[in-house]
Amino acid sequence: MKEIAYARAAAEAIQEEFRRNNKLVYLATDIQPELRGEFGEDRVRVTPISESAFVGTAIGLAGSGYRSIADLRMATFGFVAMDQMVNQAAKITYMFGGQTHFPMLIRMSFGAGMHWAAQHSISPYAMYMNVPGLKIILPSTPYDIKGLLKAALRDNNPVISFEHSLLAPVIGDVPEEDYILPFGRADIKREGTDVTVVALSRMVHESLAVAEEVAKEGISVEVVDPRTLVPLDRETIRNSVAKTGRLVVVDEACQTCSAASEIVSLIVEDDRVFNRLKAPPKRVCGLDIPIPYSPPMERYALPSREKIGAAIRQVINS
Amino acid sequence: MAIDNETLVRMYRTMLTIRRFDERASQEVRNGAVPGLVHPYIGQEAVATGVCTNLEKGDRIVSNHRGHGHLIAKGADVRRMMAEIFGKKTGYCKGKGGSMHIADFGIGILGANGIVGAGLPIATGAALAAKLDGKGKIAVVFFGDGACQEGEFQESMNLASIWRLPLLFACENNMYGVNTVYSYAIAGGDLVKRASAYDMPTVAVDGNDVVAVREAAKVAVDRVRAGQGPYFIEFKTYRWSGHFVPDAIPDLRPQDEIEDWKKRCPIVCFERKLLEDGIVNRQDLQKIEKQVMDLIEEAVAYARESPLPAPEDALADVYSA
Repeated sequence: MKEIAYARAAAEAIQEEFRRNNKLVYLATDIQPELRGEFGEDRVRVTPISESAFVGTAIGLAGSGYRSIADLRMATFGFVAMDQMVNQAAKITYMFGGQTHFPMLIRMSFGAGMHWAAQHSISPYAMYMNVPGLKIILPSTPYDIKGLLKAALRDNNPVISFEHSLLAPVIGDVPEEDYILPFGRADIKREGTDVTVVALSRMVHESLAVAEEVAKEGISVEVVDPRTLVPLDRETIRNSVAKTGRLVVVDEACQTCSAASEIVSLIVEDDRVFNRLKAPPKRVCGLDIPIPYSPPMERYALPSREKIGAAIRQVINS
Repeated sequence: MAIDNETLVRMYRTMLTIRRFDERASQEVRNGAVPGLVHPYIGQEAVATGVCTNLEKGDRIVSNHRGHGHLIAKGADVRRMMAEIFGKKTGYCKGKGGSMHIADFGIGILGANGIVGAGLPIATGAALAAKLDGKGKIAVVFFGDGACQEGEFQESMNLASIWRLPLLFACENNMYGVNTVYSYAIAGGDLVKRASAYDMPTVAVDGNDVVAVREAAKVAVDRVRAGQGPYFIEFKTYRWSGHFVPDAIPDLRPQDEIEDWKKRCPIVCFERKLLEDGIVNRQDLQKIEKQVMDLIEEAVAYARESPLPAPEDALADVYSA
């Protein structure tokens, strides 16, 4: 085991897959000096600021015998390439009747709390969950991001990796040996018996911190990290809530039509689990507002440890 | 003409096949056999034909919503095309795509694309793949005057140019995006001038003269194949039908303009030339007409007799294994 940062773990995953597969090509507006140094200009390319063009190029490459990575940098810039992601990448396998596959990875950093204001702060993964044909990974730790990115780079479908900007320096244990993590397999980051907290990305860390606190009050929290939104491990989430009888979902995205909404739905519409509920499920999400710049307002817009704790106590006392 | 007789006759046959295919497909839409829409290529046959006669196996094309001509010229099987248009299980896309999404990856057809301009970035990727493969293959993207208005056109031209990709930008200027004339929508009214901003060779060609199309495309394809970067050709042509069939959107183009262009039919003009030069006689032409009609009839019969997909077939192919 070694201790490395989330960003480093991501870089390692890509570097290892580049060594393994010489048909892997990286496209980004920023130069990737380390990767370019090792693998050269042909495979690690600098693009103009033309998101539609380079996401489309990634698709064309993927459909022509290569595997591509399109690094969109920020999720907010991704919207410029929405046609290529939604009308093309998501649908291209299907509408051509499965004639070929399109192995490609789209990377986007996301989230709020960096004081980067409205157009550089967003958590849009639910929008892409609603577009069949894409796979979505949402890793929260160095271990998860390395294993999931490597899996993504061996998956024959378009995969989007959402990587929270504030997680980049977070340190965690990563095995020395080669490993990949399966999609559609949630990780129980902390076992518990009184309430299930399903948390996404950076909110996993916040929820674990709150779980420690409320343990002193005698509340036993189970923290479930889905790790991938498409495919989503509905079974693990349902089994956990069937066990605890209580659900809190923590998702920094805006509340309306969030991934959190989908998670609540999959619990409530299941007869077995619904009948075990001891309290209505609660969501702790971002407010339905664009992200403001000034820190007191930005903090107000987002989930906090206080809000998570309050939701947990609410379902316990219900 | 420096082109051998066999090639000349083959080009004639290809144009006629495209014409008869789209006439028949339009008819089948009108009589209810085709569930959706078709965007007929009638009038533009010389462009697809002349460009594709220069292509090799291993070259890739990306087509658009008005794509039947490109697909046929690149060698697609008209039976599987017709079956797809009829929504049958035996179609190229198992009935999942219809007219606008026909593809045959086995012969380098990376699909017809229904979003104006969206094929350009994808073709840029196919061209990059060809460059990285290093086997001297190229990519061709077919698009219209409408696509030249989209951001994706500007971006793709720019990217293909700075990376010197082996991509032929084959622009079919049929003058209209639905009912909007290109001289209104394109600032400066000149597609070649617009294209020349992207630091690549550009030329405008009579898109209704299949020999001129072939010759111009040959110059371009040779350069592109030799690794000298992308090339833009504007083919000036015209579509005979309205934007699509069924005619839900009225065709507002001036009637005398339509009639004028019909007099410059690429097939009739080429026929005249072949006869004058003694390449074929009337009997040869009749024979080809019959063969083409038989082929189209066969395609329709295949489509009619093929089964529809089962409803639950809708669940397959969302993801690759």
